[in-house]
Amino acid sequence: MKLEGSQIIAADRATVWAALNDPETLRACIPGCQSLEKTSDTSFEAVVKQKVGPVSATFNGAIELTNMNPPEGYTISGEGKGGAAGFAKGGADVALREVSEGTELTYSAEAKVGGKIAQLGARLIDGFAKKMADQFFTNFKDQVEGAGGAEAPAEGEAGAPAEAAAGVEGEKKGFWKRLMG
Amino acid sequence: MNKQMTGIGASSKRREDVRFLTGKGQYTDDINRHGQLYAHFVRSEVAHGKITKLDASAAAAAPGVAHVFTSKDFEGVGGVPCGWLITDKNGEPMKEPKHPILAEGKVRHVGDPIAVVVAETLAQARDAAELIDLEIEELPAVIDMREALKGGVAVHDEAPDNLCYDWEFVAENKAAVDEAIARAAHVTTLELVNNRLVANPMEPRCAIGEYDRAGDQHTLYTTSQNPHVIRLLMGAFVLGIPEHKLRVVAPDVGGGFGTKIYHYAEEAFVTFAAKKLNKPVKWTASRSEAFMSDAQGRDHVTKVELALDADNNFTALRCLTHANMGAYLSTFAPCIPTWLHGTLLAGNYRTPLIFTNVKAVFTNTVPVDAYRGAGRPEATYQLERVIDKAARELGVSPIALRKQNFIKPDQFPYQTPVAVVYDTGDYDATMDKVVEMADLAGFDARKAEAKSRGKLRGLGFAHYIEACGIAPSSLVGALGARAGLYEAATVRVNPTGSVSVFTGSHSHGQGHETTFAQVVSDMLGIPEDQIDIVHGDTNRVPFGMGTYGSRSLAVGGSAIVKSVEKIVSKARKIAAHLLEASEADITFEDGQFKVAGTDRAKAFGEIALAAYVPHQYPIEEIEPGLEETSFYDPKNFTYPSGGYACEVEVDPETGVVKVCAFHAADDFGNLVNPMIVEGQIHGGVAQGIGQAMLEHCTFDADGQPQAGSYMDYAMPRAADMPMVNIDSSCVTPCTHNPLGVKGCGEAGAIGSPPAFVNAVIDALAERGVTHIDMPLTPQAVWKAIHGASAVAAE
Repeated sequence: MKLEGSQIIAADRATVWAALNDPETLRACIPGCQSLEKTSDTSFEAVVKQKVGPVSATFNGAIELTNMNPPEGYTISGEGKGGAAGFAKGGADVALREVSEGTELTYSAEAKVGGKIAQLGARLIDGFAKKMADQFFTNFKDQVEGAGGAEAPAEGEAGAPAEAAAGVEGEKKGFWKRLMG
Repeated sequence: MNKQMTGIGASSKRREDVRFLTGKGQYTDDINRHGQLYAHFVRSEVAHGKITKLDASAAAAAPGVAHVFTSKDFEGVGGVPCGWLITDKNGEPMKEPKHPILAEGKVRHVGDPIAVVVAETLAQARDAAELIDLEIEELPAVIDMREALKGGVAVHDEAPDNLCYDWEFVAENKAAVDEAIARAAHVTTLELVNNRLVANPMEPRCAIGEYDRAGDQHTLYTTSQNPHVIRLLMGAFVLGIPEHKLRVVAPDVGGGFGTKIYHYAEEAFVTFAAKKLNKPVKWTASRSEAFMSDAQGRDHVTKVELALDADNNFTALRCLTHANMGAYLSTFAPCIPTWLHGTLLAGNYRTPLIFTNVKAVFTNTVPVDAYRGAGRPEATYQLERVIDKAARELGVSPIALRKQNFIKPDQFPYQTPVAVVYDTGDYDATMDKVVEMADLAGFDARKAEAKSRGKLRGLGFAHYIEACGIAPSSLVGALGARAGLYEAATVRVNPTGSVSVFTGSHSHGQGHETTFAQVVSDMLGIPEDQIDIVHGDTNRVPFGMGTYGSRSLAVGGSAIVKSVEKIVSKARKIAAHLLEASEADITFEDGQFKVAGTDRAKAFGEIALAAYVPHQYPIEEIEPGLEETSFYDPKNFTYPSGGYACEVEVDPETGVVKVCAFHAADDFGNLVNPMIVEGQIHGGVAQGIGQAMLEHCTFDADGQPQAGSYMDYAMPRAADMPMVNIDSSCVTPCTHNPLGVKGCGEAGAIGSPPAFVNAVIDALAERGVTHIDMPLTPQAVWKAIHGASAVAAE
């Protein structure tokens, strides 16, 4: 599925572009990102902890920047292996346009999963992907605008059902653990 | 119906249930061998791809790991064989690509096994599996059958357009059928989908391999419906182990529904690995693995056309089907959409001209094979849906239209235009019975009452026939089967008169241990508890072709009957000697051999003892001992049939369908245990309604399963089912087996989907709905109602 959205960021395009290429910013914005190491100007090794429906996993993977067109945009794509949990991959075409309020960032993202995550959580994937994308770009806007404190949560809960409020989370995990054996 | 307390016709309680219900069943996973290792399969997470890197060295060095197997370990080992060859319309053999034990360079469906870690504990095996360095270059997947046939992406290089075979039957009738349809007074056309199902036996598959170096003996414990067939396929075609060196044991098996007929890679794997590692190796499927690796069912896309003359007589039927084989050919996959489907297209009707074309297609999905009914549900569903649609188009009663075209009782034996000959039946009787059971007369009032509550009520009928008692070996051989389909039985009378029966008919829910004992008890006049039924072990049972196609009583039971007849014949000779009478004067009744017209008698037990303690014995004429073996090869299929009715209520606001009543009037021939027959109908109807209303195994465009667990795959639950109203009093005994039985295991799953869908369409007819593809989920029904209303409003 394709996800599309846009954000107005109160910063000039050069600043936004620089942030899009900054490992620290990316690390802070990718939901569940544990570490992000630059391996070249356009590639990173990342560890991302995520939970899709009932499956919680740590994904080891590579993030790559392609279609570099500074300062107008690029394509950011990633593929992570989650061991027994399966794999997740996705990407987004990002475009920057100067507007009166600053910079308009538009994106068109896609996400795919396979293995156990797909088997157990297929029905949740669309919602999960949308939330991941929304969270990433919201975090990004906050980071660039310097809203502060916009660190991504240690473990993404993007795919968890809305009713999984903090109070029942412990109980829920126990339930899934039992279910999953 | 015979209501005696024991023997044939009695509803004896299922003796096996005592151990099942008290947790004492011995399933394969309950077996643990000394020093056994555990296997964990690494399976493909993508539907189609090239293996570009597979480095297991880190995994092999992990704690507790004995070995990590990849396809390299299986060089020179055969692939998983297919047991049925289909010849296509040009006389060419079907495409039969290799199905390796572990993927050789390429993966072809999500779940395709790539490597196996064998370790001292399952946890160690799973942990080590994460250390395997595996890279797969994903290839585009083909999921939709019509897309697959366009070529471009090939599941197997041998089949560039993904066509396994293009089959025509009856080819000589093709032109005549085309002409009859062109000239018909009325033609009803229906395009439909027979949705893909996951079999979901309660017990997941499990296999344990064991090897004894001293005797070069292999043992495989496995969840199989037919251990001898597994011994044959795996021994001869995969691992090259002769029968006398290979024992296959299928102990208690928790449901099969077809998916445990086939020989699977995991069985060959554990057998192979046990020898290589010189330790027992055990594998138990997780439920997730079952969704990805158990052969699935149905998945046909069909266009069916029924031609009628001006008097509403059926004149021709044409059926064009695409049948999904999945990524590899499972054991019996090719014969399901062909010989088990095409030969049933006459149904209960006198349609003189029938033609079907079946294209079997490879896709990047889990392999498909027989599932409860296998081909016959697909045939019945098309027929019974298109006939219902024709009746609606012609404005006639669907019941009357069926009855008008039924084969009549005085027309048997009836040669259909699709090869098979029905021996006996009375379809009017079962149809009349189900109409009476369904209270058709009171339906209008029930419909009006439902309408007052805002509900749409519908009553649907269907009449099925199936070919069971599979099968005459010479016939199936001519059709491409690579095995005979007889059954074997040994009846051993022990010295003190108890009896052990060794049958090739495996029992995994059918209750054979009870019904077979009833048959023997009836014939020998001894109590049922003096008889034990032994099955599921190639070292104990002489031979067997196993349990599928509702064949056990008709074929396996007949083999037992033949053996018991031999026992009685020998015992009569012994009795004649002991009673000093002529053999011709000896009668056998209620367990007593008597000299006719006298009070001189010997009980069966006395004869048994004499046979084993032959002191006063005609040793020159008769050998000691009392044990006989028979092989029974049926002369024909059996043809159970029946009328089913389903009454539903649809909530037009939500699309939710409630099954209000279900009625089944079956002709199974003679019944041995009516209670067990009822249980089989209940289960079959539940699976049929599950298919028609809830279950659907789907894949996304990349081949990822979309319903790969019970969160998304909707199994029927008790609340979805009505009480099933069952009648089996219409009996036309089978004419060619000694018990006159026909088989009842699949009927419920065959007859119920069309009855259910016809009922929903009946309810929605006033809204202009003419067809909805299964499963009729609330969403599908709601869309049909609103789509149709929108069209009607225009």
